[in-house]
Amino acid sequence: MAKIGKIIKVSGPLVVAENMSGSRMFDIVYVSDMRLMGEIIEFRGDKASIQVYEETSGIGVGEPVYPAGRPLNVELGPGIIESIYDGIQRPLDDIYNSSGNYISRGVTADPLDRSKKWEFKPLVKKGDSAAEGDYLGYVQETPLIKHYIMVPPGVKGKVKDIGEGLLAIEDTVAVLSGGEGDVDINMIQRWPVRRPRPYKNKKMPDIPLFTGQRVIDMFFPLAKGGTACVPGPFGSGKTVIQHQLAKWVDAEVIVYIGCGERGNEMTDVLMEFPGLVDPKSGEPLMKRTILIANTSNMPVAAREASVYTGITIAEYFRDMGYSVALMADSTSRWAEAMREISGRLEEMPGEEGYPAYLGARLASFYERAGMVECLGSADGRTGALSVIGAVSPPGGDLSDPVVQATLRVVKVFWSLEANLAYRRHFPAISWLNSYSLYNDSIKENVKKEVAEDYFDLQSDAMSMLEEESELEEIVRLVGLEALSGPDRIILLVSRMIREDFLHQNAFHDIDTYSSIEKQYRMIDVILYFYRQASDSLRMGAEIADVESMKVRDRIARMKYIPKEEIDRIDKIKNDIKAEFTELVEKPHLEE
Amino acid sequence: MLKEYKSIVNVSGPLMLVEGVEGVKYEELVEIRLEVGSVRSGRVLEVEGDQALVQVFEGTSGIDPRNTRVRFLGRGARMYLSEDILGKVFTGLGRPMTENDRIIAEKSLDINGSPINPFARDYPDEFIQTGISSIDGLNTLVRGQKLPIFSGSGLPHNKMAAQIARQSTVLGKKEEFAVVFVAIGITFEESQYFINDLRATGAINRSVIILNLADDPAIERIATPRVGLTCAEYLAFEKDMHVLVILTDMTNYCEALKEVSAARKEIPGRRGYPGYLYTDLATIYERAGRIKNKKGSITQIPILTMPEDDKTHPIPDLTGYITEGQIILSRSLHKKKLSPPVDVLPSLSRLKDKGIGEGKTREDHADTFNQLYASYARGKEVQELAVILGEAALTEMDKVYFKFAEEFENRYISQGEYENRTIEETLDLGWELLSVFPRGELKRIRDEYLDKYLEKYMEKEEGQK
Repeated sequence: MAKIGKIIKVSGPLVVAENMSGSRMFDIVYVSDMRLMGEIIEFRGDKASIQVYEETSGIGVGEPVYPAGRPLNVELGPGIIESIYDGIQRPLDDIYNSSGNYISRGVTADPLDRSKKWEFKPLVKKGDSAAEGDYLGYVQETPLIKHYIMVPPGVKGKVKDIGEGLLAIEDTVAVLSGGEGDVDINMIQRWPVRRPRPYKNKKMPDIPLFTGQRVIDMFFPLAKGGTACVPGPFGSGKTVIQHQLAKWVDAEVIVYIGCGERGNEMTDVLMEFPGLVDPKSGEPLMKRTILIANTSNMPVAAREASVYTGITIAEYFRDMGYSVALMADSTSRWAEAMREISGRLEEMPGEEGYPAYLGARLASFYERAGMVECLGSADGRTGALSVIGAVSPPGGDLSDPVVQATLRVVKVFWSLEANLAYRRHFPAISWLNSYSLYNDSIKENVKKEVAEDYFDLQSDAMSMLEEESELEEIVRLVGLEALSGPDRIILLVSRMIREDFLHQNAFHDIDTYSSIEKQYRMIDVILYFYRQASDSLRMGAEIADVESMKVRDRIARMKYIPKEEIDRIDKIKNDIKAEFTELVEKPHLEE
Repeated sequence: MLKEYKSIVNVSGPLMLVEGVEGVKYEELVEIRLEVGSVRSGRVLEVEGDQALVQVFEGTSGIDPRNTRVRFLGRGARMYLSEDILGKVFTGLGRPMTENDRIIAEKSLDINGSPINPFARDYPDEFIQTGISSIDGLNTLVRGQKLPIFSGSGLPHNKMAAQIARQSTVLGKKEEFAVVFVAIGITFEESQYFINDLRATGAINRSVIILNLADDPAIERIATPRVGLTCAEYLAFEKDMHVLVILTDMTNYCEALKEVSAARKEIPGRRGYPGYLYTDLATIYERAGRIKNKKGSITQIPILTMPEDDKTHPIPDLTGYITEGQIILSRSLHKKKLSPPVDVLPSLSRLKDKGIGEGKTREDHADTFNQLYASYARGKEVQELAVILGEAALTEMDKVYFKFAEEFENRYISQGEYENRTIEETLDLGWELLSVFPRGELKRIRDEYLDKYLEKYMEKEEGQK
């Protein structure tokens, strides 16, 4: 048993205590008689440096430190969906009910409701053998989520007893008898947040993860189990993109971490999600969402813990075989929390005062994403954990160490640009600087699921946008009149791609989500227009006439066509054809 | 009985190290008695063994380490409050400015406050009509929002803030705002301008004024915004008032923070500001908002002057990451004699989407502001192009955009200091300006609204012809 320590120094969120031998690195301790939770992050002799997850004012030298003898854990089990937790998994709704509008110190609450009874349905019988990761049964936690109760990692044996019916999470649901005697299993698993949960093996992410956002799905797609980052200056729409993804991404479970961001944004999610409906199932989106909220005015050290708490919860659902998407907004605040603690520890700083281990920490966080073959003896089920991190570099400067360290590990980069945001082009994802490295790995699956020529359309549209940026330089120098007809067609069509396809209004009922079929048809129509326009030019049509065609208005409005009527998009092609035929014939008549 | 220590070992900058202390707590309030009899206050920044590091709010000049006595008060800094604080003036540490400003306190609150549980927050969605088109129409302010004004030296941010304080109302309700005016290191003239304005409109009786002027101790500024916000929280969440907090100038606050950080020899972050500047500013700005089941609200308008008008400077940069948008003032518009010179393109209100639309302002609001933005942005691009190529090189449509951008600046953005436009007037003005475009150019507006609103202006123009 570890001894009770004594505080010898208090400096902001960092407390140093002596007489701490017997505890281990990253063990949890309770500081002073207010029992503020903290974590040991350094040892020197028997002195331990502790980062405290709560405000430390009023703490003084000589006060006690109680070791808990365990690392920082999360509790995993039914009741976790629809929760809103702080960085150390305290349920904020329970805290609100018990202690009011402000977060007072030292409050504790169970992360999961102990009293609620769940209808447990067994999936194994007495006498079956079960190993780590195997399903024992499930509870229908929400209409969207079957919460599987699995054999915890490291346990195996024959099923000696299995429960059924209404059970609370602490009730024993199964007894396994193995080599080391009987093991009682209930519905709660505890897992240390800093240790990745085990899996059988990792796979290459080759299934696309569609998000309903046109610029992302069409140009810079994400894969299930992939990683992406969204850096951008303030006001460029990082949070709106994160919210849009949380709403519409094609994943079964969403973990949203508000790490050091605005309180009102979390309130927004809390109020909006229960009213939004999942496009696939018709159920409220909140029924698949878990929120971790550590707002900017909450203690810094808990901000550091919040990303780990979130990703551990996400891994747990991945282990059930779900596709999970995790959004972290913003990882810069997490890095700043690391920097603050590192500064208080008087470590030698690296770039911009960030600790030298910044890159390693970020990389090991993103590496917890992936498509995996889950633990479990027979079925070989696959789970995926995709991670999307927002980065908030100072002044939008991409040379910031957090951005650079992130870009070294993530495979998709959505670069947000202030200039696009000023023009109210949202999502303000730059089509020239962003990239996705999943285009190749998901190729086969996309061709099968969406369309054979998907990537041809993508590269045609992309090269047109690239050409546009070159032509714009020329226009700046010599004016639009100096351009040839075909070049002006390119300018015209790229403007259509930008304004009628890439621009997407997150606050418009229909435009907020575009199914992949709709996206494909939209870009197809625009490129059809391009081919027709080029042809008509060759056949003698005037560029000015092409620029003032009536059908352009219909193309501009196709984004507002609801999903039930997407066949109307294809019909625009007929109108395009008709109007061009008219255009080409007109000059002949005059002659 | 509190112990008194005479064991000051080091004094450097605003900091003082006291030795041989017992039972001192982090963040505790400290009373410092100088030899000459004057009393200063401070707070504990760090305790280690038997040493306490104390930050002296009034500065350390005149402190004689051998003859100064220090007492640790066993509590944090508190503000004494009752409803009588309305109409009173306090110092930057929350003490009454004159004998007339003394109150009989009903309770006292820790000036640092506590973080609001995100679950307890109510989403701000009540439209505030400020009567300024560039705010109401384009960067709508709502109750419980924190919307800073990013300004530069010499720009009329004070006039704008005073106009907001003077004109703000919530549609359909006759409730008036209580104003908490917090002066942080600004000059006498600037603060007097505000106070006179509050006096002239009679608003002074529902205002609390916290003054730390340029010649007041710099370190005191670390406490000043917190004192003001404690008053605001008391009025909003215990007395059910809607409070508008004006903090000016946050740049001076950050400078004070930098001074303390430098004295502690901390490793600096960008441009010498401490690495925890973001977190520290968040503990101020996040004190705006609404709480479920509470009637009152706190709306914050912090003002900061950007050094060299540089938006990427750490102070505006980190502020922008915390606040819910920003109003940016532009020097070039100011030179064109536009007032208020709001640079609308980089300005933003993040909470506008929930505060506008049918039942709040008008159904067409969201679409028209998107359209105004997009058209103005294109107009500005055309104007730039015209500078390089000459107006002759512009296409017919470009010329319309060119003219639109000019009209938009002169009529929509610019308005008088005492001109109070209703939201209807602002929206109609928007339609009037947009009516110069052919219908096909107005892609951001839904057909139904074009039918309903645009036709009116089209007919009018035809009638004029």
